[in-house]
Amino acid sequence: MRRALLGTRLSSGCVVVLLVIVCGALVGPWLAPWPADEIDWDAIDQAPNATHWFGTDGVGRDLFARTLDGARTSLAIAALATLVSTLIGIPWGAAAGYLGGAVDQAMMRVVDGMYALPFVLLVILLVVAFGRNILLLFVALGAVSWLDIARIVRGQTLAARHEAYVDAARALGAGRWRVILRHIIPNVIGPAVVYATLTIPGVIIAESFISFLGLGVQEPRTSWGMLIAEGARNMHSSPWQLLFPAALLALTLFALNILGDRLRDAWTGAEPQARRHIYGASSSHGRNRAT
Amino acid sequence: MPLAGIVHGTMTRFVLRRLLFAFVTAWAVVSVTFFLLRLAPGGPFDGERPLPPAVEANLRAAYHLDESLPRQYLRYVASVLRGDLGPSFRQRDFSVNELLGRGLPVSLAVGGAALSLALGVGIAAGAWAGWHRDAPSDRVVALLATAGLAFPPIIVAPVLVLVFAVALRWLPAGGNDTAVHYLLPAVALGLPYAAAFARLTRGGVIEALARPHVQTARAKGLPKSRIFLRHVAPVAALPALSFLGPAAAALLAGSMVVEEVFSLPGLGRYFVQGALNRDYTLVMGTVIVYAGLVLTFNFLVDLGYSRLDPRIRHA
Repeated sequence: MRRALLGTRLSSGCVVVLLVIVCGALVGPWLAPWPADEIDWDAIDQAPNATHWFGTDGVGRDLFARTLDGARTSLAIAALATLVSTLIGIPWGAAAGYLGGAVDQAMMRVVDGMYALPFVLLVILLVVAFGRNILLLFVALGAVSWLDIARIVRGQTLAARHEAYVDAARALGAGRWRVILRHIIPNVIGPAVVYATLTIPGVIIAESFISFLGLGVQEPRTSWGMLIAEGARNMHSSPWQLLFPAALLALTLFALNILGDRLRDAWTGAEPQARRHIYGASSSHGRNRAT
Repeated sequence: MPLAGIVHGTMTRFVLRRLLFAFVTAWAVVSVTFFLLRLAPGGPFDGERPLPPAVEANLRAAYHLDESLPRQYLRYVASVLRGDLGPSFRQRDFSVNELLGRGLPVSLAVGGAALSLALGVGIAAGAWAGWHRDAPSDRVVALLATAGLAFPPIIVAPVLVLVFAVALRWLPAGGNDTAVHYLLPAVALGLPYAAAFARLTRGGVIEALARPHVQTARAKGLPKSRIFLRHVAPVAALPALSFLGPAAAALLAGSMVVEEVFSLPGLGRYFVQGALNRDYTLVMGTVIVYAGLVLTFNFLVDLGYSRLDPRIRHA
């Protein structure tokens, strides 16, 4: 695991970049010389300079502080949504794989059906239906991004259900739910966590997408998507308002993608044979998604 | 062939099963969306100031909003089955069919252009990289493909406008008057998918090259082009093919941001507008069109997949 993360210059560089961004997001309010919501009346719409490192926005708020503030929102939503997705995906996949038969069929049909849909639509509908609060946003994002994890866990469970420790637990009289909760899930959680890291960039993109459209996070809170939307509106006169948040978002996504790949390779092994074992002949199609 | 023979043919059964699945999914989507929207607080007639009660009652009656929810649902499903998506609640003079009829061609043009771009560039680059595994060109493609995934339309679209429309003034910043107007939107939308297809194709080619039948073909000394087209390509195409369905779905949904940035009057704008205004019928109509497109596409992909990999039919 450590070799996967720090093995090459590229991947250790990504770890450093992510650490810097996450720390910046965490200590942002103390790090930035200006509060994110304070208006500097002498510096409205200013280009980057010594006082305002990333410049200011149209009403004179410091863009460096706002970008860090946005980072905190985007990263927090991504982390919580990913947590929600594992809480749904792991039990779902383990139950489907262990119970098998018609139950498995029905459960995986639901997954297939959800795969078939543009899931951002569903998130937007949920947000519109239940009001725009941030709690709902990450629950909704988590509720639509558990599909990959459920698939992986199911594949792992299919392989694990005939292991000796499962037979032993059954012989000792453990019921199916006890076997699933106490024996299957702890043993399949490794790959599930690896795949959870791969869903983080997707969730970040989805959140920024929704906030960009004006349906997500609301003022005075901000997120990368909102900042990019604002920057896109003002890019003719003040391109820095677009470029800083966009660059930070791209950097984060790039680092997360590289590290996710490395972790996955470390877990599944570089050999195609091993990879096939993970994906299994689990479902009619091992669909991948970019977002 | 007698009828029983056709019904029991594996291929026919596979097709029927997939069709049934598509219909059930479509029905589930319609139902979930319908009830979700009706659960939402606020209605389509909330305006800046409240309407007189009598007017609102009349409006509700005219749009059948005064009926019980199950009745409204049945009425709506029946009308959708007839191909009528109802009147728009907010844009009073238009039916949803008319509005979507205008938006759909724009979205299809952007999505289609982006998809062709992604497939063309992604598959060519991925196949080249996989065939020349570990060569410098492979490393470059692999890195670019990972980088490409880090540039979703939300970043690329505004930056492209900034560079090519605002700074260089080479291309138009928005609108859909000519084919040139679709160039930047297609690039912005297609880029991450080009990267995804490149990665999948590269992996597919590498995996195919390791297969015994390909090694046999090489040992026989067949020409490279023949090995590639006859033995590698059908195996290597599978991962990319299975990603086509989700990619098409995401391209359609992703086009919302691109339509916003480039002021294209496509489906996505109607969806966002409708969602913000609680224009129930318009939102429902957009979702149905999206789902219909995606399910049709997935169905075709499944058919193609089962031709390339017959094991699927027996799954």
